[in-house]
Amino acid sequence: MNTANQYLKAIYLVQEIEDGPASTGAVAEMLDVSPASANEMIGKLENDGLCNHEKYKGVDLTDDGIVRARDALQNYCIIERFLVEVLEVDDFRTEAQQLEPVIDETVAERLDTIIDRQPQCPDCFDADDDVCALLELEADAAD
Amino acid sequence: MSVQTPVSSDHQLARLLQIGVVLEEVVEARAAKHAKELEDIDDDIRGLLTEAAEESADHRERIEALVEGLDAETIPFGEIQTLVEQRYESDQDFDGVLYDQLCNEETAYKFYDDLIEAIEASEAEFSIDRSVLLDELASIREEEETGVEEVTTLMEERE
Repeated sequence: MNTANQYLKAIYLVQEIEDGPASTGAVAEMLDVSPASANEMIGKLENDGLCNHEKYKGVDLTDDGIVRARDALQNYCIIERFLVEVLEVDDFRTEAQQLEPVIDETVAERLDTIIDRQPQCPDCFDADDDVCALLELEADAAD
Repeated sequence: MSVQTPVSSDHQLARLLQIGVVLEEVVEARAAKHAKELEDIDDDIRGLLTEAAEESADHRERIEALVEGLDAETIPFGEIQTLVEQRYESDQDFDGVLYDQLCNEETAYKFYDDLIEAIEASEAEFSIDRSVLLDELASIREEEETGVEEVTTLMEERE
């Protein structure tokens, strides 16, 4: 299980949405955790050289942090797409979040062999909608 | 998005087991496809692929039995076979086939290992007996571990 990757992905997406450093409050909100928990984990990530945190300014991922965040986001995209295309799950966003900590990149790579993911992944991920912008949803029933 | 316990209900457990079934189906379909596509394959590799396909079919049936106990369904093998066929890259040499098989076995091992860890970390009560569930998954994980060793040995012999 890798909670750190979930945080990195959340910081990456909040940075995309805010077009700058991510506020810890927004990261906590995205992950549905307390600001204290978010601060603690962000401190650990900073110690590992994956992000820089400045009080009152926010969190910025380092180059290493961005690489890991993008890998985590790609895994998440694979899980979402797999749930939609293969298992036909309506509430795929919620379930992808639940599965994320237990489906690591090795497993995601195998699931990737039977789905129709685009080469530009994860750049096509829509952070606001929490889904790949290119994923065709049946009449957008899940919204 | 949230940081949640991945296995806290029958539904979540069933979903993870369904993924296990699909992984086994992918292994079964790819191993069978490799054995069929490569005509001048030697007996050792053909034997390994045939055995891998049979073992995956057995694992799939055992996990399906668990999923059934949770009152859920699994994806029929034919559907996964079709998806594998659609995206199969046929220009693989023997080394590629063995490497693919190694990835199959390692992936399955990792999946069951993570799943067992997640179930053990969860305090949820499931409709199926927890010890039966964990014993079955541990037994399958052990067979995957043996599979990794078999492929590795075969690869080393060819170096």
